[in-house]
Amino acid sequence: MRGEIVIAGIGNTRYGRHPDRDTVSLNVEACRHALADAAVDKDAVDAVFVKTPSSAREFMYGQKVSEALGLQPRIAGAWDQGGAANITLLTFAAMAIMAGQCEIALVCYADNPKTGSAAHFARPRGNDAAYGWFSTAAGYAMIHRNHVDQFGTAPDAFAAVAMACRRNGAANPQAQLRAPLTLDAYMASPFVVEPLRRDDCCLISDGGAAVVVMSARRAREMGVAAPVPILGFGHGQVSWDLQARSSLTRLPAVEAAAHDAFAMAGLSTRQIDVAQIYDCFTITVLATLEAYGFCAHGESGRFVRDGALEIGGALPVNTAGGLLSETGMPGMQLILEGVRQMRGTAATQVRGAKHCLVTNQGGTMHTHSSLILGA
Amino acid sequence: MTAAIPEPEITSVNRPYWEGLKQGQLMFARCRQCGNTWFPARPECPGCLQDDWAWTPSAGQGRLISWVVYHIAFHPAFRDRLPYNVALVAIDEGPRLIANIAAPHDALHADMRLRLDIAHIGAFALARFAPA
Ligand SMILES: [Zn+2]
Repeated sequence: MRGEIVIAGIGNTRYGRHPDRDTVSLNVEACRHALADAAVDKDAVDAVFVKTPSSAREFMYGQKVSEALGLQPRIAGAWDQGGAANITLLTFAAMAIMAGQCEIALVCYADNPKTGSAAHFARPRGNDAAYGWFSTAAGYAMIHRNHVDQFGTAPDAFAAVAMACRRNGAANPQAQLRAPLTLDAYMASPFVVEPLRRDDCCLISDGGAAVVVMSARRAREMGVAAPVPILGFGHGQVSWDLQARSSLTRLPAVEAAAHDAFAMAGLSTRQIDVAQIYDCFTITVLATLEAYGFCAHGESGRFVRDGALEIGGALPVNTAGGLLSETGMPGMQLILEGVRQMRGTAATQVRGAKHCLVTNQGGTMHTHSSLILGA
Repeated sequence: MTAAIPEPEITSVNRPYWEGLKQGQLMFARCRQCGNTWFPARPECPGCLQDDWAWTPSAGQGRLISWVVYHIAFHPAFRDRLPYNVALVAIDEGPRLIANIAAPHDALHADMRLRLDIAHIGAFALARFAPA
């Protein structure tokens, strides 16, 4: 189904703080902008796929969003897979369209942990809370430490990820954090859960983002101005928690998703011109690059040296700033930036870019979804 | 007044685990059908889905897989323990668990040998380890 489905429109709210807005309202605003970008009337939408907000679980959330959109879609619902959910939902929309079950889908996400509750990120981890085992960050810190122990990965490698994202965020007028980062500032950044420093950790943000999905044929018929084709996608899960994994740094979920996405697209990693790699923490980017085969297992510390991840480097990543700088939103902003890069309209445009990889992942690298976009 | 450490939620399935620690024994689950071993307690074996398994005492020897050091407390009970460690430990019988290590943080290193050094905290006990 390479190229048969397109992203026809993208939209987002302002990122940062939205006091007095609920997540349904943020979803509606994002969808309004995405529909306007695609020049599609909302009454043409017959499917609504929503990622559940991380900070507050709600019953029948997909129906609440549909109601607020004034829609009675054929397919609608909410999906919880942590940070992998946005690409997953985009692929569900693509498959439903291919199967003739719907024609024009909205995929959207919004949350307000910054002005609402961020307790989710500090949560106790089951009965192990008695050991002081709390927070999302701690699981990634365990993997970060193991990567350093196994491969001697230097702090500079983690800093290289944060610095690339922060430089791109500084160039993005929409970014929540527009302060570039130096190596000295990274090294001086305090530990949160050691070895994770504050600057290894993503932002916490309010906001919403949405995409409009349809067939390439439908987009041609409707005269959609800048459709971006989906060339490939894939999924993977490591359902086991850290205690049950035989390796902390090998990511079979990512390998599975990468295999399927590249097979569908008929591409190799060498043909990827720009990538949006889920960067909840810097270790996530390093481990993901290895699992995709951009470098060998354990080699990411060497791969990211000499500005490889910067604009103009071997593999520019997170060109709008990612979770570390644009917004802490779990993944939808990466899809939007992938679309802008393929349209040639990004603030940090990679010249001549023809293929963009976008990755989403959730839990403690439990879940992964992969998307390859074309120009 | 210091806040109390969050107590484990005792269920009919995990009660022998927590009772065992109080009595000085670390127990893991071993499946009688397929030989799978695991932490934490769950009613069915995730290997073969049968519920035919038994609590098995560990010899209390293991090695350090990875560890983290908290510099901020996500719960008031841990505020006056900062910085404190949480570790991922593999016992020699195979399964891995979350634990604390009773050792200076600069003495910790990957693969170091560990022995069980149970910590009694009021009404319950934790599977702490110490350098072997
Ligand atoms: Zn079994």
